[in-house]
Amino acid sequence: MTQRTKIDARGAYCPGPLMELIATLKLVEIGDEIEVWSSDKGSANDIPEWVAKVRHEMVGIDECDGYWSIVVRKAK
Amino acid sequence: MAKNVLIVGGGLSGTIVANGLCRQLGNEMRNNEVSITMLGATDTHMYQPGLLYLPFGRIRESELFRDQRKVLDRRVPYHIDPAKQIDVEGNQVVTESGKTYSYDYLVIATGSRIRPENVPGMEEGAHWFYDLEGARKMRDALEAFEGGKIVVNVNAPHKCPVAPLEITFMLHDYLSGRGLMDKTEITYTYPIGRLHALEPVAMWTQPEFDKYGIKYETFFNTKEVDPAAKTISSEEEVTLPYDLLVTIPPHSGAQVIEDSDLGAGGWVPTGRESLLREGSENVFVVGDTTNIPISKAGSTAHFEADTIIDNIASLCTEGRWARNYDGKVFCFIETGMSTGTYVWFNYTTPPNPGPPSQMLHWFKLAYNRMYWLSARGLL
Repeated sequence: MTQRTKIDARGAYCPGPLMELIATLKLVEIGDEIEVWSSDKGSANDIPEWVAKVRHEMVGIDECDGYWSIVVRKAK
Repeated sequence: MAKNVLIVGGGLSGTIVANGLCRQLGNEMRNNEVSITMLGATDTHMYQPGLLYLPFGRIRESELFRDQRKVLDRRVPYHIDPAKQIDVEGNQVVTESGKTYSYDYLVIATGSRIRPENVPGMEEGAHWFYDLEGARKMRDALEAFEGGKIVVNVNAPHKCPVAPLEITFMLHDYLSGRGLMDKTEITYTYPIGRLHALEPVAMWTQPEFDKYGIKYETFFNTKEVDPAAKTISSEEEVTLPYDLLVTIPPHSGAQVIEDSDLGAGGWVPTGRESLLREGSENVFVVGDTTNIPISKAGSTAHFEADTIIDNIASLCTEGRWARNYDGKVFCFIETGMSTGTYVWFNYTTPPNPGPPSQMLHWFKLAYNRMYWLSARGLL
Protein backbone atom coordinates (compact mmCIF):
# COMPACT_ATOMS: atom_id res chain seq x y z
CA MET A 1 0.00 0.00 0.00
CA THR A 2 1.33 3.42 -0.95
CA GLN A 3 2.51 5.49 1.98
CA ARG A 4 2.65 9.27 1.98
CA THR A 5 5.21 11.11 4.11
CA LYS A 6 4.71 14.80 4.78
CA ILE A 7 7.56 17.29 5.14
CA ASP A 8 6.59 20.64 6.57
CA ALA A 9 9.48 22.72 5.25
CA ARG A 10 7.72 26.06 5.52
CA GLY A 11 10.23 28.67 6.65
CA ALA A 12 13.10 26.21 6.18
CA TYR A 13 15.98 28.07 4.60
CA CYS A 14 18.69 25.50 5.16
CA PRO A 15 18.95 22.80 4.01
CA GLY A 16 15.63 23.75 2.40
CA PRO A 17 12.65 21.89 0.98
CA LEU A 18 14.43 20.20 -1.93
CA MET A 19 17.31 18.88 0.19
CA GLU A 20 14.77 17.60 2.71
CA LEU A 21 12.94 15.85 -0.12
CA ILE A 22 16.18 14.22 -1.34
CA ALA A 23 17.00 13.00 2.17
CA THR A 24 13.51 11.64 2.77
CA LEU A 25 13.36 9.84 -0.59
CA LYS A 26 16.21 7.66 0.66
CA LEU A 27 14.03 6.47 3.56
CA VAL A 28 10.85 5.44 1.70
CA GLU A 29 9.93 2.57 -0.63
CA ILE A 30 9.53 2.77 -4.40
CA GLY A 31 5.97 3.87 -5.14
CA ASP A 32 5.63 5.83 -1.90
CA GLU A 33 4.76 9.51 -2.06
CA ILE A 34 6.24 12.51 -0.31
CA GLU A 35 4.28 15.71 0.19
CA VAL A 36 6.49 18.75 0.70
CA TRP A 37 5.08 21.98 2.12
CA SER A 38 7.22 24.93 1.17
CA SER A 39 6.75 28.65 1.72
CA ASP A 40 9.48 29.29 -0.86
CA LYS A 41 7.94 29.99 -4.26
CA GLY A 42 11.15 28.73 -5.88
CA SER A 43 10.33 25.20 -4.69
CA ALA A 44 7.47 25.06 -7.19
CA ASN A 45 10.13 25.22 -9.92
CA ASP A 46 13.16 23.66 -8.21
CA ILE A 47 11.47 20.45 -7.11
CA PRO A 48 9.83 19.53 -10.46
CA GLU A 49 13.12 20.32 -12.21
CA TRP A 50 15.05 18.02 -9.86
CA VAL A 51 12.39 15.29 -10.05
CA ALA A 52 12.61 15.33 -13.86
CA LYS A 53 16.41 15.21 -13.77
CA VAL A 54 16.55 12.24 -11.40
CA ARG A 55 13.50 10.60 -13.00
CA HIS A 56 11.10 10.31 -10.12
CA GLU A 57 7.45 11.30 -10.70
CA MET A 58 5.57 14.50 -9.99
CA VAL A 59 2.10 13.82 -8.59
CA GLY A 60 0.97 17.42 -8.23
CA ILE A 61 1.54 20.99 -7.09
CA ASP A 62 -1.07 23.04 -5.24
CA GLU A 63 -0.80 26.65 -4.13
CA CYS A 64 -2.31 26.80 -0.65
CA ASP A 65 -2.70 29.62 1.84
CA GLY A 66 0.81 31.07 1.86
CA TYR A 67 2.64 27.93 0.85
CA TRP A 68 2.97 25.32 -1.88
CA SER A 69 2.12 21.65 -1.50
CA ILE A 70 4.25 19.54 -3.84
CA VAL A 71 3.74 15.77 -4.07
CA VAL A 72 6.42 13.47 -5.51
CA ARG A 73 6.36 9.71 -6.04
CA LYS A 74 9.56 7.67 -5.68
CA ALA A 75 9.98 5.90 -9.00
CA LYS A 76 13.22 3.97 -8.61
CA MET B 1 9.01 13.49 44.52
CA ALA B 2 12.24 14.43 42.83
CA LYS B 3 12.08 15.05 39.10
CA ASN B 4 14.49 12.91 37.13
CA VAL B 5 15.90 14.44 33.95
CA LEU B 6 17.63 11.86 31.77
CA ILE B 7 19.82 13.00 28.87
CA VAL B 8 20.65 10.37 26.26
CA GLY B 9 23.75 11.38 24.33
CA GLY B 10 26.96 13.09 25.46
CA GLY B 11 27.67 15.31 22.47
CA LEU B 12 27.40 19.07 22.30
CA SER B 13 23.63 19.46 22.61
CA GLY B 14 23.20 17.00 25.48
CA THR B 15 26.13 18.53 27.32
CA ILE B 16 24.84 22.09 26.96
CA VAL B 17 21.43 20.99 28.22
CA ALA B 18 22.95 19.23 31.22
CA ASN B 19 25.21 22.13 32.18
CA GLY B 20 22.54 24.74 31.54
CA LEU B 21 20.04 22.89 33.72
CA CYS B 22 22.60 22.73 36.51
CA ARG B 23 22.97 26.50 36.36
CA GLN B 24 19.21 27.06 36.48
CA LEU B 25 18.26 24.31 38.90
CA GLY B 26 21.12 24.48 41.40
CA ASN B 27 18.85 25.01 44.40
CA GLU B 28 16.47 22.24 43.37
CA MET B 29 19.38 19.84 42.83
CA ARG B 30 20.83 20.74 46.23
CA ASN B 31 17.45 20.02 47.84
CA ASN B 32 17.13 16.71 45.96
CA GLU B 33 14.07 17.98 44.10
CA VAL B 34 15.70 17.52 40.71
CA SER B 35 18.34 15.06 39.49
CA ILE B 36 20.06 15.07 36.12
CA THR B 37 21.71 11.98 34.61
CA MET B 38 23.52 11.55 31.30
CA LEU B 39 24.16 8.43 29.24
CA GLY B 40 26.95 8.59 26.67
CA ALA B 41 29.18 6.41 24.53
CA THR B 42 32.69 7.67 25.25
CA ASP B 43 34.80 9.34 27.94
CA THR B 44 35.98 12.05 25.54
CA HIS B 45 34.19 15.04 24.06
CA MET B 46 35.28 15.99 20.55
CA TYR B 47 35.05 19.45 18.99
CA GLN B 48 33.76 18.23 15.65
CA PRO B 49 34.11 21.46 13.62
CA GLY B 50 37.85 21.34 14.34
CA LEU B 51 38.13 18.35 12.02
CA LEU B 52 37.88 20.81 9.12
CA TYR B 53 41.37 22.09 9.92
CA LEU B 54 43.03 18.75 10.60
CA PRO B 55 43.76 17.70 6.98
CA PHE B 56 45.67 20.96 6.50
CA GLY B 57 47.72 20.68 9.68
CA ARG B 58 45.99 23.78 11.07
CA ILE B 59 44.88 22.20 14.35
CA ARG B 60 46.48 19.69 16.71
CA GLU B 61 44.50 16.57 17.48
CA SER B 62 44.85 17.25 21.18
CA GLU B 63 42.96 20.53 20.70
CA LEU B 64 39.91 18.58 19.57
CA PHE B 65 39.38 16.60 22.75
CA ARG B 66 38.49 17.12 26.40
CA ASP B 67 37.55 14.67 29.13
CA GLN B 68 33.74 14.58 29.01
CA ARG B 69 33.52 14.40 32.80
CA LYS B 70 35.46 17.68 33.02
CA VAL B 71 33.25 19.38 30.43
CA LEU B 72 30.16 18.23 32.28
CA ASP B 73 29.01 19.79 35.55
CA ARG B 74 30.20 17.54 38.36
CA ARG B 75 26.65 17.30 39.74
CA VAL B 76 25.61 15.23 36.69
CA PRO B 77 26.35 11.50 36.93
CA TYR B 78 27.77 10.46 33.57
CA HIS B 79 27.52 6.81 32.57
CA ILE B 80 29.43 5.43 29.61
CA ASP B 81 26.63 3.07 28.83
CA PRO B 82 24.75 4.00 25.64
CA ALA B 83 20.99 3.66 25.36
CA LYS B 84 19.89 0.48 23.65
CA GLN B 85 16.12 0.90 23.85
CA ILE B 86 14.14 4.08 24.52
CA ASP B 87 10.63 3.38 25.79
CA VAL B 88 8.71 6.65 25.58
CA GLU B 89 5.45 5.00 26.67
CA GLY B 90 7.02 3.49 29.79
CA ASN B 91 9.21 6.56 30.51
CA GLN B 92 12.38 4.50 30.73
CA VAL B 93 15.60 3.78 28.87
CA VAL B 94 17.45 0.47 28.79
CA THR B 95 21.20 0.65 28.21
CA GLU B 96 23.72 -1.58 26.47
CA SER B 97 24.73 -3.03 29.85
CA GLY B 98 21.12 -3.91 30.67
CA LYS B 99 20.46 -1.19 33.24
CA THR B 100 17.12 0.63 33.24
CA TYR B 101 16.80 4.36 33.87
CA SER B 102 13.39 5.92 34.44
CA TYR B 103 12.72 9.60 33.85
CA ASP B 104 10.23 12.40 34.28
CA TYR B 105 11.82 14.37 31.44
CA LEU B 106 13.89 12.80 28.69
CA VAL B 107 16.24 14.68 26.35
CA ILE B 108 17.19 12.70 23.26
CA ALA B 109 20.53 13.97 21.95
CA THR B 110 21.86 10.95 20.08
CA GLY B 111 23.09 12.95 17.08
CA SER B 112 23.98 11.82 13.58
CA ARG B 113 26.67 9.67 11.99
CA ILE B 114 28.25 9.41 8.58
CA ARG B 115 27.20 6.50 6.38
CA PRO B 116 29.70 6.22 3.47
CA GLU B 117 28.80 2.52 3.28
CA ASN B 118 25.39 3.54 1.89
CA VAL B 119 26.98 4.52 -1.43
CA PRO B 120 28.66 1.67 -3.36
CA GLY B 121 32.42 2.15 -3.51
CA MET B 122 32.51 5.27 -1.33
CA GLU B 123 34.26 3.71 1.68
CA GLU B 124 37.02 2.32 -0.53
CA GLY B 125 37.39 5.21 -2.96
CA ALA B 126 36.74 8.42 -1.06
CA HIS B 127 38.26 10.56 1.68
CA TRP B 128 36.33 12.64 4.19
CA PHE B 129 36.98 14.78 7.24
CA TYR B 130 33.77 14.19 9.21
CA ASP B 131 35.42 11.82 11.68
CA LEU B 132 38.90 11.63 13.17
CA GLU B 133 40.08 8.59 11.26
CA GLY B 134 38.81 10.03 7.97
CA ALA B 135 40.43 13.41 8.62
CA ARG B 136 43.76 11.71 9.38
CA LYS B 137 43.60 9.72 6.13
CA MET B 138 42.69 12.85 4.20
CA ARG B 139 45.67 14.65 5.75
CA ASP B 140 47.95 11.85 4.52
CA ALA B 141 46.37 11.89 1.06
CA LEU B 142 46.79 15.66 0.79
CA GLU B 143 50.43 15.46 1.81
CA ALA B 144 51.03 12.93 -0.97
CA PHE B 145 49.00 14.87 -3.55
CA GLU B 146 51.14 16.38 -6.30
CA GLY B 147 48.43 17.66 -8.63
CA GLY B 148 45.54 16.21 -10.61
CA LYS B 149 41.76 16.14 -10.43
CA ILE B 150 40.06 16.68 -7.06
CA VAL B 151 36.32 16.11 -6.75
CA VAL B 152 34.54 17.54 -3.69
CA ASN B 153 31.31 15.56 -3.56
CA VAL B 154 28.32 16.53 -1.38
CA ASN B 155 25.59 14.09 -0.33
CA ALA B 156 22.31 14.57 1.53
CA PRO B 157 21.51 14.61 4.33
CA HIS B 158 24.64 15.90 6.00
CA LYS B 159 25.51 18.02 8.99
CA CYS B 160 27.29 21.36 8.94
CA PRO B 161 25.87 22.55 5.60
CA VAL B 162 28.62 25.10 4.96
CA ALA B 163 31.54 22.71 5.55
CA PRO B 164 31.60 21.50 1.90
CA LEU B 165 32.16 25.07 0.75
CA GLU B 166 34.76 25.68 3.44
CA ILE B 167 36.78 22.60 2.54
CA THR B 168 36.68 23.59 -1.13
CA PHE B 169 37.97 27.12 -0.50
CA MET B 170 40.57 25.81 1.93
CA LEU B 171 41.75 23.16 -0.55
CA HIS B 172 42.22 25.91 -3.10
CA ASP B 173 44.27 28.04 -0.70
CA TYR B 174 46.27 25.08 0.59
CA LEU B 175 47.18 23.85 -2.89
CA SER B 176 47.95 27.39 -4.08
CA GLY B 177 50.33 27.70 -1.14
CA ARG B 178 52.08 24.53 -2.25
CA GLY B 179 52.27 25.81 -5.82
CA LEU B 180 50.06 22.99 -7.10
CA MET B 181 46.94 24.81 -8.32
CA ASP B 182 48.36 25.28 -11.83
CA LYS B 183 48.29 21.50 -12.24
CA THR B 184 45.16 20.84 -10.18
CA GLU B 185 41.49 20.94 -11.13
CA ILE B 186 38.89 21.11 -8.36
CA THR B 187 35.31 20.14 -9.19
CA TYR B 188 32.54 20.58 -6.61
CA THR B 189 29.33 18.55 -6.94
CA TYR B 190 25.99 19.33 -5.29
CA PRO B 191 22.66 17.45 -5.36
CA ILE B 192 20.40 20.33 -6.41
CA GLY B 193 20.52 22.89 -9.20
CA ARG B 194 22.74 25.41 -7.42
CA LEU B 195 25.91 25.39 -5.31
CA HIS B 196 24.31 25.47 -1.87
CA ALA B 197 20.92 24.83 -0.31
CA LEU B 198 20.77 28.44 0.89
CA GLU B 199 20.06 30.46 -2.22
CA PRO B 200 21.90 33.63 -1.03
CA VAL B 201 24.93 31.49 -0.18
CA ALA B 202 24.74 29.78 -3.57
CA MET B 203 24.56 33.15 -5.34
CA TRP B 204 27.56 34.39 -3.37
CA THR B 205 29.55 31.19 -3.98
CA GLN B 206 29.26 30.95 -7.75
CA PRO B 207 31.31 34.07 -8.63
CA GLU B 208 33.82 33.11 -5.92
CA PHE B 209 34.26 29.68 -7.49
CA ASP B 210 34.52 31.28 -10.94
CA LYS B 211 37.17 33.68 -9.66
CA TYR B 212 39.30 30.81 -8.35
CA GLY B 213 38.68 28.54 -11.33
CA ILE B 214 36.81 25.97 -9.24
CA LYS B 215 34.52 23.93 -11.46
CA TYR B 216 31.11 22.68 -10.40
CA GLU B 217 28.55 20.06 -11.32
CA THR B 218 25.06 20.69 -9.95
CA PHE B 219 22.22 18.14 -10.01
CA PHE B 220 24.75 15.51 -8.98
CA ASN B 221 23.14 12.85 -6.77
CA THR B 222 25.80 10.24 -6.14
CA LYS B 223 25.05 6.77 -7.43
CA GLU B 224 28.38 5.01 -6.98
CA VAL B 225 32.13 5.34 -6.73
CA ASP B 226 34.45 3.08 -8.73
CA PRO B 227 37.70 3.00 -6.72
CA ALA B 228 39.55 0.99 -9.39
CA ALA B 229 38.67 3.27 -12.29
CA LYS B 230 38.80 6.31 -9.96
CA THR B 231 35.46 7.67 -11.10
CA ILE B 232 32.32 8.88 -9.34
CA SER B 233 28.92 8.64 -11.05
CA SER B 234 25.57 10.28 -10.44
CA GLU B 235 21.93 9.29 -10.80
CA GLU B 236 21.86 11.93 -13.56
CA GLU B 237 24.36 9.75 -15.50
CA VAL B 238 27.32 12.07 -15.16
CA THR B 239 30.69 10.41 -14.46
CA LEU B 240 33.66 12.38 -13.15
CA PRO B 241 37.24 11.08 -13.00
CA TYR B 242 39.27 11.89 -9.91
CA ASP B 243 42.74 11.54 -8.47
CA LEU B 244 41.52 12.58 -5.02
CA LEU B 245 37.88 12.26 -4.01
CA VAL B 246 36.77 14.26 -0.98
CA THR B 247 33.22 13.42 -0.03
CA ILE B 248 30.69 14.67 2.46
CA PRO B 249 29.04 11.29 3.09
CA PRO B 250 25.30 10.89 3.60
CA HIS B 251 24.31 10.84 7.28
CA SER B 252 21.74 9.03 9.37
CA GLY B 253 20.65 9.27 12.97
CA ALA B 254 21.57 6.88 15.75
CA GLN B 255 20.73 3.20 15.56
CA VAL B 256 18.95 3.33 18.92
CA ILE B 257 16.33 5.67 17.43
CA GLU B 258 15.46 3.19 14.70
CA ASP B 259 15.66 0.22 17.10
CA SER B 260 13.23 2.01 19.42
CA ASP B 261 10.89 2.77 16.50
CA LEU B 262 11.18 6.49 17.16
CA GLY B 263 11.85 7.66 13.63
CA ALA B 264 12.90 6.57 10.15
CA GLY B 265 16.56 7.10 9.41
CA GLY B 266 17.23 7.77 13.09
CA TRP B 267 15.53 11.18 12.95
CA VAL B 268 12.86 11.75 15.58
CA PRO B 269 9.66 13.57 14.47
CA THR B 270 9.84 16.74 16.56
CA GLY B 271 7.77 19.89 17.00
CA ARG B 272 9.67 22.67 15.26
CA GLU B 273 8.91 25.22 17.99
CA SER B 274 8.35 23.08 21.09
CA LEU B 275 11.26 20.66 20.38
CA LEU B 276 9.04 17.99 21.94
CA ARG B 277 8.86 14.58 20.32
CA GLU B 278 5.58 14.42 18.41
CA GLY B 279 3.12 12.58 20.66
CA SER B 280 5.06 13.21 23.89
CA GLU B 281 4.84 15.95 26.49
CA ASN B 282 7.97 15.02 28.44
CA VAL B 283 10.39 13.94 25.69
CA PHE B 284 12.56 16.69 24.21
CA VAL B 285 14.72 16.20 21.12
CA VAL B 286 17.77 18.34 20.42
CA GLY B 287 20.46 18.81 17.79
CA ASP B 288 20.98 16.56 14.79
CA THR B 289 18.50 14.00 16.17
CA THR B 290 15.37 15.96 15.21
CA ASN B 291 13.62 15.65 11.88
CA ILE B 292 13.05 19.41 11.80
CA PRO B 293 13.92 20.73 8.32
CA ILE B 294 16.73 22.90 9.60
CA SER B 295 20.55 22.82 9.47
CA LYS B 296 22.16 19.98 11.37
CA ALA B 297 24.85 22.11 12.93
CA GLY B 298 26.45 22.89 16.25
CA SER B 299 24.84 26.31 16.46
CA THR B 300 21.40 24.82 15.83
CA ALA B 301 22.04 22.36 18.64
CA HIS B 302 23.21 25.22 20.88
CA PHE B 303 20.18 27.46 20.33
CA GLU B 304 17.78 24.52 20.60
CA ALA B 305 19.49 23.44 23.83
CA ASP B 306 19.05 26.92 25.32
CA THR B 307 15.31 26.68 24.63
CA ILE B 308 15.04 23.23 26.17
CA ILE B 309 16.96 24.34 29.27
CA ASP B 310 14.49 27.18 29.82
CA ASN B 311 11.50 24.91 29.32
CA ILE B 312 12.62 22.02 31.52
CA ALA B 313 13.72 24.43 34.25
CA SER B 314 10.42 26.26 34.05
CA LEU B 315 8.39 23.06 34.05
CA CYS B 316 10.31 21.77 37.08
CA THR B 317 10.06 24.96 39.11
CA GLU B 318 6.89 26.69 37.91
CA GLY B 319 4.96 23.95 36.17
CA ARG B 320 4.67 26.06 33.04
CA TRP B 321 6.11 26.34 29.53
CA ALA B 322 8.73 29.06 29.07
CA ARG B 323 9.23 29.74 25.37
CA ASN B 324 9.38 28.33 21.85
CA TYR B 325 12.40 27.82 19.59
CA ASP B 326 12.46 30.37 16.76
CA GLY B 327 14.65 28.39 14.36
CA LYS B 328 17.79 30.43 15.03
CA VAL B 329 21.01 29.24 13.35
CA PHE B 330 24.38 31.02 13.12
CA CYS B 331 27.27 29.58 11.11
CA PHE B 332 30.72 30.90 10.40
CA ILE B 333 31.97 30.17 6.88
CA GLU B 334 35.69 29.91 6.19
CA THR B 335 36.27 31.31 2.70
CA GLY B 336 39.92 30.31 2.56
CA MET B 337 42.85 30.05 4.94
CA SER B 338 42.72 33.72 5.93
CA THR B 339 39.19 35.05 5.35
CA GLY B 340 35.72 34.13 6.56
CA THR B 341 32.09 35.22 6.65
CA TYR B 342 28.92 34.07 8.42
CA VAL B 343 25.21 33.50 7.98
CA TRP B 344 22.43 33.66 10.51
CA PHE B 345 18.73 33.04 10.02
CA ASN B 346 15.62 31.77 11.75
CA TYR B 347 12.18 30.57 10.70
CA THR B 348 11.17 34.06 9.56
CA THR B 349 14.45 35.77 8.63
CA PRO B 350 16.33 34.60 5.53
CA PRO B 351 20.14 34.42 5.57
CA ASN B 352 22.25 37.13 4.00
CA PRO B 353 26.00 36.39 3.97
CA GLY B 354 28.24 39.43 4.17
CA PRO B 355 31.54 40.05 2.43
CA PRO B 356 34.40 37.85 3.73
CA SER B 357 36.94 39.46 5.99
CA GLN B 358 40.09 38.52 7.87
CA MET B 359 38.45 39.59 11.14
CA LEU B 360 35.64 37.05 10.76
CA HIS B 361 38.20 34.34 10.04
CA TRP B 362 39.99 35.26 13.27
CA PHE B 363 36.67 35.24 15.08
CA LYS B 364 36.07 31.69 13.89
CA LEU B 365 39.54 30.69 15.02
CA ALA B 366 38.78 32.25 18.40
CA TYR B 367 35.51 30.36 18.58
CA ASN B 368 37.42 27.14 18.00
CA ARG B 369 38.78 27.75 21.52
CA MET B 370 35.63 29.32 22.97
CA TYR B 371 33.61 26.23 22.02
CA TRP B 372 34.46 24.69 25.38
CA LEU B 373 32.70 27.58 27.08
CA SER B 374 29.61 26.85 24.96
CA ALA B 375 29.67 23.19 25.92
CA ARG B 376 29.97 24.19 29.58
CA GLY B 377 26.89 26.38 29.22
CA LEU B 378 28.81 29.62 29.80
CA LEU B 379 28.67 31.14 26.30
